[in-house]
Amino acid sequence: MNSTIIWMIIGMGLVTYIPRMLPLVVFQRVKLPAFWQGVLKNVPYATLGALIIPGIFFINDDVWFGILGLISAFVAAWLGANVIIVVLVSVIVLSVYALFV
Amino acid sequence: METTWTETASSSFRQGVQAGATIAIGYMPIALTFGLLAKTTGLTLVETIMMSAIVYAGAAQYIALNLLAVGTGALEIVMTTFILNIRHFLMSASLNEKAEPDALWKKALYAFGITDETFSVAAMKEGTVNASYMFGLGLMAYGSWVVNSAIGYIVGANLPKSLQESMSVALYAMFIGLLVPALKKQRKTVLLAGMAAIINSICTIFLHISKGWAVVIATLAAAIIMQWFAKESEAEQDE
Repeated sequence: MNSTIIWMIIGMGLVTYIPRMLPLVVFQRVKLPAFWQGVLKNVPYATLGALIIPGIFFINDDVWFGILGLISAFVAAWLGANVIIVVLVSVIVLSVYALFV
Repeated sequence: METTWTETASSSFRQGVQAGATIAIGYMPIALTFGLLAKTTGLTLVETIMMSAIVYAGAAQYIALNLLAVGTGALEIVMTTFILNIRHFLMSASLNEKAEPDALWKKALYAFGITDETFSVAAMKEGTVNASYMFGLGLMAYGSWVVNSAIGYIVGANLPKSLQESMSVALYAMFIGLLVPALKKQRKTVLLAGMAAIINSICTIFLHISKGWAVVIATLAAAIIMQWFAKESEAEQDE
């Protein structure tokens, strides 16, 4: 077992638990300034954008893996597919593509 | 009096369990996929169970795998987790408004179970929420998450290698699957994700900043810029 990973998990657990716990336990009626509330609400969407691009284009030496994966996932999600279906669709599309290259 | 209190608590607990059953079913495929991807990323079964049991945050766990796969440092992964999960601070603050007064240790305990999903269910519930309700809700969601992560890992071990290779897109596809419904709802989301994607690309490709910090910089920059513009346009409307 890799001890760096264990410490990382404990660290992740702490930084996840503290924001969950603090307002309920410590702060009774204190609120952040409206500006920072807005910033923090923006964070998940921005994070997702940054995590998808440019990383997806580097999943394989053949850049078409990333491009096809991006397009197929986007189309499936746009048509209203559930996240697990989106994942399956893009994996299947890339498995088929891999057969032809 | 003692009997009445116990009955109320156990009925609240049962109510929480019932509300949590939907989340438990919803978590099943995501946790199974997490277990599978943890295996392909190279984590051991114990590490996978520990991550689900100690961190208990879907998106952060997926991102941790994503970052581990590209060799990001542990500190950066913890920082990214913090940035991503600080949104729970607001959920916890909002939940605090409708939470019945309870012993602080009970609130500290059920606070661990706050996720996007349990928060949404609790926030939509009529009236107040108490510790018994939150324990019932939290246990269902948490149990499903941890058990299915382990099952996903064990089942994933038997996947053919070619499928495991094409699974490399899975994390990205999941992010897209999470993002697109939001993109459809709000134009602001498109701008946020787009700005962060551009800043992240500049940081990693041209400035050679490590991926973990690039994500933190891109996220904060996009979120602050967007909020600044939102504030400006509000001010204009007021004039």
